[in-house]
Amino acid sequence: MALAAPTSSGRFGEFGGRYVPETLVPACQELEEAFREAWADPLFRAELDGLLADYAGRPSPLTECHRLSAELGVRVLLKREDLNHTGSHKINNVLGQGLLARRMGKKRLVAETGAGQHGVASATVAALLGMECMVYMGEVDIERQALNVFRMRLLGAEVVPAMSGSRTLKDAVNEAMRDWVATVETTHYCLGSVMGPHPYPWMVREFHTVIGLEAREQCEALLDGGIPDVVTACVGGGSNAIGIFSGFADTDAELVGVEPAGGAAVGRGVPGVVHGMKSYLMQDEFGQVQEAHSISAGLDYPGVGPEHSHLASIGRATYEQVTDAEVIEAFQLLSRTEGIIPALEPAHALAWISRDRAKLAGKTVLLNMSGRGDKDVGQMMEILG
Amino acid sequence: MSLSALDEGLAIPEAPAEHGTLETALRASRDAGRKLLVPYVTGGLGDDWADIVRAVADAGADAIEIGVPFSDPVMDGPVIQEASELALRSGATPVTIFDELRTIDAGVPIAVMTYYNLAFHMGHERFAQSLAAAGVSAAILPDLPLEEVGPWATAADAAGVETVLLAAPTAPDERLPRVVARSRGFVYAVGLLGVTGERDALASSSLVIAKRLKAITDKPVLVGVGISNAKQAVEICAEADGVVIGSALMRRVLEGVGASGAGAFIAEIRAALDAG
Ligand SMILES: Cc1ncc(COP(=O)(O)O)c(C=O)c1O
Repeated sequence: MALAAPTSSGRFGEFGGRYVPETLVPACQELEEAFREAWADPLFRAELDGLLADYAGRPSPLTECHRLSAELGVRVLLKREDLNHTGSHKINNVLGQGLLARRMGKKRLVAETGAGQHGVASATVAALLGMECMVYMGEVDIERQALNVFRMRLLGAEVVPAMSGSRTLKDAVNEAMRDWVATVETTHYCLGSVMGPHPYPWMVREFHTVIGLEAREQCEALLDGGIPDVVTACVGGGSNAIGIFSGFADTDAELVGVEPAGGAAVGRGVPGVVHGMKSYLMQDEFGQVQEAHSISAGLDYPGVGPEHSHLASIGRATYEQVTDAEVIEAFQLLSRTEGIIPALEPAHALAWISRDRAKLAGKTVLLNMSGRGDKDVGQMMEILG
Repeated sequence: MSLSALDEGLAIPEAPAEHGTLETALRASRDAGRKLLVPYVTGGLGDDWADIVRAVADAGADAIEIGVPFSDPVMDGPVIQEASELALRSGATPVTIFDELRTIDAGVPIAVMTYYNLAFHMGHERFAQSLAAAGVSAAILPDLPLEEVGPWATAADAAGVETVLLAAPTAPDERLPRVVARSRGFVYAVGLLGVTGERDALASSSLVIAKRLKAITDKPVLVGVGISNAKQAVEICAEADGVVIGSALMRRVLEGVGASGAGAFIAEIRAALDAG
């Protein structure tokens, strides 16, 4: 395996751990135990693989972007997670956690969501498995991702606005954790990225390694030498990025995560502890967590998954920043050249390729197209007029 | 890819045998037959928070918890969230609060309650020494469970700051003794599954956790989270050595009762506890 398991205390290098209220420690231990067992159980793996294929539509294709490549002078390949059921990579993780929750006898899922993609995936899997689902979402995000709020409700989930702080993803995580502290006996916290307390960063990564495994095989079939020069993805918590990185961590491919300039935990943060983990975190001089600001609700988060902090600190991956304006450009560029409307999140990775195209000239870049843009067209209609 | 084995969180130093200021005071009161009362006051909230601290001390508190507000208080319900947000917005920082604490002569031990990142960010040694320099006896960090407490506890023990650990209803029997052994000052029994906030009735889980803890330790066992009034305080003290009163007091403070109102509320609980 290309990326190692964390240490027994859930650390990737110095990052990670399990910084949760005492009330939740036994639940995290129980979850870790259940995940280890399930992941080693061929029946569990077979059921998950079956759902990934027949329900989510995997494998997702690899698309070569001829017109975009010609325009940029960079050969761009897209791993099409946008074509999964529910429209993003998030379904990989939620199918895994949903099956695990059922195996643990939990009847209810709580989830946080930013852009609403993880919330929609959670609501979907709850419907599929006949579970209750409650999704916490920042009030600001409820407004800018109204379509996904409607989808979640249609799927039978309850959407609860998080009204504190910046009223975005960070506050939705706080509310979901508060819910879990009160309901831990019956409820599974279906965390949406490679963040939070151990075992989440590891478990969520494992559920997303399917992205990297498929992409590696697809690249081997398509490319001379089989390995792209660069593998890139947007980074909010970092789940889609770690999923595709996992397929190439043992190769010479450069791994590049792209953060929004207004929510660049690796780029602008220092180590800190919040939401159960030690990781890079944007904070003030006293350690108060700062509010992120990004056009993309899915990346509007001041922290990042601990394994990314580790990969950054050992130099295995690098992290770039792009501005909202560059993202808006990239959103239009892909739509116009390839007939693919990206979600604003993966548009960050494309924005970086586009900006740094001189440096990347002639190279082959694999981009994880983590989601489709349907959810963002309302917001972009307002911005673009 | 190799992983460095920096498993710092796993090394948990044994708690020093000698009792600190807080534990000494609480044991003495308890052993004299008194039920223990520890009000929680958000530091830096309003101009009169120091007066509120003195008022609740005068009203019969055995120790006082000072909340140092954090941006993301995941163990706190709406009342303490609001108090924290207001204090932060008015410019409260750990430094301003410690500075003011140094000048408050409450006459009872002070424990600071905050979230781990503030200590981690300042540096364990510096944070522990700042607490000691401000006259603070103990620290309560609700997002720093036993497995992660090592690096902080090492610094706190060295600075003479007692680290109070939380014991929750969800802990299996084999876990509680380990939590209790590492807890200093007192053992903070979490009364219910949930975050801080008032409840209409005393949760039965409070009685259960208090009883389980009393069966395994002679350290003072105080129940917090959800204890909302004098009646509930008396009820839980049938099993526990005392109570922590947070949201019920801070709701009143947010409603504007001021130092005298805060003192009156704590005095009412004190009287009920003394009457048994
Ligand atoms: C399409 C898409 N990509 C990426 C993200 C960010 O999450 P992560 O960094 O965990 O992949 C989101 C989150 O909402 C998303 O919807």
